[in-house]
Amino acid sequence: MRSSVRRHRLITANASEIWGIVGRPELLHLWFPGVVATTVEGEVRTVTTRTGLVFQERIITRDPIQRRLQYRIESGLVREHLCTIDVIPLDEGQCLVTYSHDVEPSAMAVILGGATEAALAELAHQIESGTGPCLEACGAPAEVLR
Amino acid sequence: MGRKILFITTDQQRYDTLGCNGASIGRTPVLDRLAGEGIRYERAVPQSVVCMPSRSTILTGQHPSTHGVWMNGVALPVDAPSIAAELHRAGYRTALIGKPHFQPFLDPFGRFVENRLASLGSPTVTSPWQDGTLGPHRGFEHLEFATHSPLGQLHYAQYLQRSHPEVIGGFYAILDGDLELNAEGGGETGAPQVKDNPVPREWYHTDWVADRTIAWLESLRSEDDWFVWMSFPDPHHPWDPPSSELRRVDWREVPLPEGYVTDEAERERILDAKPRHWKLWYEGSLISNYEAPTHWVPATLTANQVREVNARNAIEVELIDEAVGRVLTEVDRRGWGADLDVIFTSDHGELQGDFGLLFKGPYHVDGLMRLPLIWRPAPSTGSLPAVVSRPVGLVDLAPTFAAIAGLESPSWAEGKPLPVDDEDADRRGFERVLTEWDSELHGVDLHVRTITRDHWVCTTYRAGAVHDGSEGELYDLAEDPLQQVNLWDDPSRASIREDLVADLVAHLPPERAPRLALDAPV
Repeated sequence: MRSSVRRHRLITANASEIWGIVGRPELLHLWFPGVVATTVEGEVRTVTTRTGLVFQERIITRDPIQRRLQYRIESGLVREHLCTIDVIPLDEGQCLVTYSHDVEPSAMAVILGGATEAALAELAHQIESGTGPCLEACGAPAEVLR
Repeated sequence: MGRKILFITTDQQRYDTLGCNGASIGRTPVLDRLAGEGIRYERAVPQSVVCMPSRSTILTGQHPSTHGVWMNGVALPVDAPSIAAELHRAGYRTALIGKPHFQPFLDPFGRFVENRLASLGSPTVTSPWQDGTLGPHRGFEHLEFATHSPLGQLHYAQYLQRSHPEVIGGFYAILDGDLELNAEGGGETGAPQVKDNPVPREWYHTDWVADRTIAWLESLRSEDDWFVWMSFPDPHHPWDPPSSELRRVDWREVPLPEGYVTDEAERERILDAKPRHWKLWYEGSLISNYEAPTHWVPATLTANQVREVNARNAIEVELIDEAVGRVLTEVDRRGWGADLDVIFTSDHGELQGDFGLLFKGPYHVDGLMRLPLIWRPAPSTGSLPAVVSRPVGLVDLAPTFAAIAGLESPSWAEGKPLPVDDEDADRRGFERVLTEWDSELHGVDLHVRTITRDHWVCTTYRAGAVHDGSEGELYDLAEDPLQQVNLWDDPSRASIREDLVADLVAHLPPERAPRLALDAPV
């Protein structure tokens, strides 16, 4: 059985600043709790979690105009997966960041939903406080995906 | 020296599985003796019929609406109130050994420290308490964790992986390939979540929990005051006790439970009179929670499967009783017996064949709602044996521990110290107990609220995917102890129904806002 889950967060920052982090797949471990290492080679991101789990994801969409990132977990954890992150500018210096997963098996949707909610909280915390490892890393040039 | 507290919980154990409570199979002489020496509660009710919310209630002394763990998979905040922290602050040595379940177990990202503790090489970690104090995690200076599974990172699993890897394959695979509860059947009847397990008894988690509790007690000084929560994973499914112990109860000789309606048509008539999610689940057309195997249809449950599940359940309860006996022997050996309070209970019950159902879910009936609860006060207090018939809740445990330790009830606790007899219960207002259920799963949400008062159990349903908010259940336990006759729509009961619903609404605590996140299925 498949399931779909979405989490969202209002973040007080301009969209380009948020996209400057979210739109860089290699920075995931700097704002996603439980992810300890991220490497990107071409369209493939390799993620390592704190429990030692390693899996690959394929970057499907990286659209800086829509500020949309989509990736697909490609591992035995899931039979089907698509993740979509959108950074949507609102009025008064706020943005809505949505982070959704369509996934089979459905139990993974609940797990990814929980982890995603924590990730959005950490992202908001770093950006709104002005400190954190992903802000430091943003001083480095972004990788260009082929 | 003060009073020591041995707090014992099992998981998913019914009231009627102890000899002192009328069990027809299995023997529990140790627990029966404690009940005879102490106070036995005939109507102990959980504030939730699932593990994480109920265990959070035990630790915090709060209803689920307050502590915020509204369903399995919601993590109790690390800085939630904790009676263990209060006891530790008062000088008690504190430990939790066995099943915790304050944080989700399904944790591939390693987000939750309780799942990582065994690999950290320390007996606890430093965490913030409710008042901002930094202290041992949730107030426990010593933590060793176990569930049924030999896999994963908890202490018991690591022990088996390190010391007895050859037995791991003999345990039941709790989850299937989709991370859902496994529906695979086993034993001699093909009952779900049943398996013959060749693990030697001394390596099974029941004896491991007792062994580790004894080891911790051995580390204490004779003058220490202590509180240990000894938390057995059994008799929660899977039902895979050591095969060497199956000889204790022959399932073929197990009588069918009173609550199992043998006539299929009668069974369905009873279910049809309850709110619709009962029958929809029975038929396999509604999955509203993770508490039962997704791919198992309750209507396929056979009478022999009920017998075999009940037999294995009774065997597991016998093993627990004997394990408790070993710990009490150690306590006596250390000379603490006269100053020891023992409290035994479970977090919720198990349907175990009632209405043709197994496992648990949003079904507020005695199989899930009536718990074994025994308090044997320290003999040094000179307290008299008693039986309490008035309703009490697991929310009353935290204040009871405080009272035993000579402390005031914490201001954040919502219950009261347990009554010592019915007169005490009446004097201090033990009139009602509330139970909550909320679940949201893949677009299906259920919201259930129940009041247990006098001889009535009254349940209301809020509007959701399956209910429109007009449904309910009303049972007269005096006339219908098996809760087979739903009086909700009986005009002659309208007055009592209205009174109970008003009482329920008046006493429900406000719901925590914002709501805590759902982090995992379990």
